[in-house]
Amino acid sequence: MFDASPQLLVGLEVGTSKVCAVVGELKEDHQVNIIGVGQHRSRGVRKGEIIDAQAATDDIREALADAEEQADVEIREVVLGVTGGHLRGYNRHGQHPIVSDDRCITEEDVQDVIKNAKATGLPAEHCVLHIIRQHFAVDGQPGITNPVGMAGAMLEVDVHIIQGHYNRLQSPVRVVQGMQLEVQGAPVFTGLASALAALDAEQKDIGALVVDLGAGTTEYVVYAQGVVKHTGVLAVGGDHVTNDIAYGLKVPQGRAEALKVEHGAALVDASARGRNVTLATESGHASKTVNLDPLQRIMASRLEETLQLIADELDRERLLDGLGAGVVLVGGGARVPRIHELAERVFQLPVLPAHRFTVNAETTLLESPEFATAIGLVKYGAMQAQREDSGGWFRRVIGNRFGALLNR
Amino acid sequence: MNLEPEQTTAAESRGLLVKILGVGGAGCNALEPLMAAGPGSAAFIAVNTDAMELSRCPAPVKVALGNRTARGLGTSGDPERGRVAAEGALPRLRELLAGSDVVFIATGLGGGTGTGASPVVAAAAREAGAFVVAFVTLPFECEGAERSRCARAGLERLQAAADGVITIPNEAAQKLFDESTTAVEMFRAVNALLADGVAGLWRLLARPGLIHVDASVLLSVLRRRHAECRFATAAASGPNRSAEALERLFAHPLLDGGEWLTDAEALLVSLVGGPGLTMAEINRVMHRVNRQCDGVHLVLGALVDPGMGDALGITLVASRSTRADADVPAADAAAKPAAHDGSEFLHPGQTQRPASRVVAPPPAPTPENLDRLKAAPSGAKSRRKHHTAEQVEMPLEIVSKGRFEKSEPTLRNGEDLDYPTFVRKGVALN
Repeated sequence: MFDASPQLLVGLEVGTSKVCAVVGELKEDHQVNIIGVGQHRSRGVRKGEIIDAQAATDDIREALADAEEQADVEIREVVLGVTGGHLRGYNRHGQHPIVSDDRCITEEDVQDVIKNAKATGLPAEHCVLHIIRQHFAVDGQPGITNPVGMAGAMLEVDVHIIQGHYNRLQSPVRVVQGMQLEVQGAPVFTGLASALAALDAEQKDIGALVVDLGAGTTEYVVYAQGVVKHTGVLAVGGDHVTNDIAYGLKVPQGRAEALKVEHGAALVDASARGRNVTLATESGHASKTVNLDPLQRIMASRLEETLQLIADELDRERLLDGLGAGVVLVGGGARVPRIHELAERVFQLPVLPAHRFTVNAETTLLESPEFATAIGLVKYGAMQAQREDSGGWFRRVIGNRFGALLNR
Repeated sequence: MNLEPEQTTAAESRGLLVKILGVGGAGCNALEPLMAAGPGSAAFIAVNTDAMELSRCPAPVKVALGNRTARGLGTSGDPERGRVAAEGALPRLRELLAGSDVVFIATGLGGGTGTGASPVVAAAAREAGAFVVAFVTLPFECEGAERSRCARAGLERLQAAADGVITIPNEAAQKLFDESTTAVEMFRAVNALLADGVAGLWRLLARPGLIHVDASVLLSVLRRRHAECRFATAAASGPNRSAEALERLFAHPLLDGGEWLTDAEALLVSLVGGPGLTMAEINRVMHRVNRQCDGVHLVLGALVDPGMGDALGITLVASRSTRADADVPAADAAAKPAAHDGSEFLHPGQTQRPASRVVAPPPAPTPENLDRLKAAPSGAKSRRKHHTAEQVEMPLEIVSKGRFEKSEPTLRNGEDLDYPTFVRKGVALN
């Protein structure tokens, strides 16, 4: 860490439609500079989880080789993103009495109170992926961000816990390790990474929802008062849109995908009524005329349902009112025409375009919403490195229990 | 939680006199686990035509049917013989059933004894003034169409004779176990399910609960005209136990992956928890169930069993109409929306599902279109509670899940999100 060359950070996202690797350098002043990007079509993943380890290995290798070439570096270690419908996020509360004579709260007390919050039962095959600190309270006084050094009799903490199925979280780790690569720390929930990339500190403070519309899964993360309030995964994504189109219009999947990309929209255009597009004859497929109106209706139904499910969940958790900064859409799905309009109607909140991410980069490629996760992973790695540097500062912000996965 | 016995509403001080009858091979086998771990005291009676099987059954009271007609060799799968044999033993059955309050009948339909004799037994029990609930398994599909037809006929007769019939289709139960389960294990497991069901209801009736369910309340769920009942149970522990148990129930194979619930007319939800059961949990469960199946007749039971420890068990008994019948009891009819004429598809605002806020409704239909649409088979998988007569008989289009056919289904609120949205919501494309 102390050699002259800057530390390398590689974010690797093994997604359902693409494998994406982003290489960043961590500079002395803790700024991250993105120096390379590699991507490759993904074939071994469905609904965000690896179903074909061999295909995934090949695709990861291609993507990493691409990134290595662009950044002119050798990659030995990656920050790995994980997702899947089995992940659950929920909030917990922990209490811990301060028993020392001087009633001074120490770092150990903080560790204990978090342990207490985590303690309540976990299904047998599940493990905790992240424990994220929200707020502390000392003797009932809420809103304390760092209690170390304060005096009190009772320390309380609210944490957000993300848990998942142990073996299913391990499978991407195994694949990466099988390629003689190190996984830096524990794997990271991709939704969290996307939120890190898409939100700046002010947005996190006044409250924002990040929805990552991936091909296999849709992740959503709510930030408010500067901390993670809610996370979730819906194993529904762009693949479902394609599948619906294929079923509804009776076209093969490949053509449905092309229709979605070229003529799709998240809302039904009034002008689409009666308009047709003709699919040219390809090898094996005769030409076919498709009406735009049903195409957009199918897409709109699916996308609205997906967003509505998220809106309903947040409404139940009473989080929708606290989103002063509105909604940010990232992921490939954020490219669908008029998706912002749809999201505005569903959430009844302003929807911001996935603007430039909160990193320094020279390439404009990185402004596309698909790269949010991988960039966020680099950022996450940078924050982790910073934590190691400055002795636990990072833990206060986002307390991923280092290696929590491995020493369950 | 403070649990004083005075607060509970125990039915009778002398306790219920429960009799449990196993009829036929499957029924007799189900008695064994019940005798070992039942939630109270009951009289166990084994009823069978096969003397060999009967002798193996550990029940204290045994009734050998048709000693004269079948010479103790069974019915060779003929329900008619089963019925005749049971009628021959009626005096003995009446004598055994006299004075009982609740009679559970466990049996497997499809064979001779279970199918033929259990309606006779059920009728005798009702004559004796008991509340009669039958738990029946329906045969595996591989056992052949004849057996399954025979089981259906038996089920109808049993439904007429008993107060309530709860079915466990073996085919659905099979999905609870994985491929490697051996045949012996599978049959044993199905029998165990039968025993579980009986034990669940028995516990509900016999133990004083926080929110007690008595026979008449149970009756209001089970006894509906042409109703078929299913039951499913799930347990979970941990911080999210109520949500997890519900999620499991809403995807339970015995409830056809939750489909049964969306069509249910009446629902009994029974919670069993350790002393740590909180009111908030009960509330949460009821809230979810209410949202899942709005407009149903919903009955809640809750009881505390120290033996549950940290776990929360939820048992659902759901009844739904198997036939399109206009003659639902008047009280229920009033609570439900007026009869559907099939035009709801065309007016999304009138369906029970809220209309899409964003996707514009398709143009209003002309009268000719309406007639045509009513006559045409609907491709949409209807989720509404009342099927009109035509809809039940319409050939259902098989909706494919396409590329998600083999992946783990994405379930939310009991819906499989892998099926196209526009199909599930009945969005007209043209």
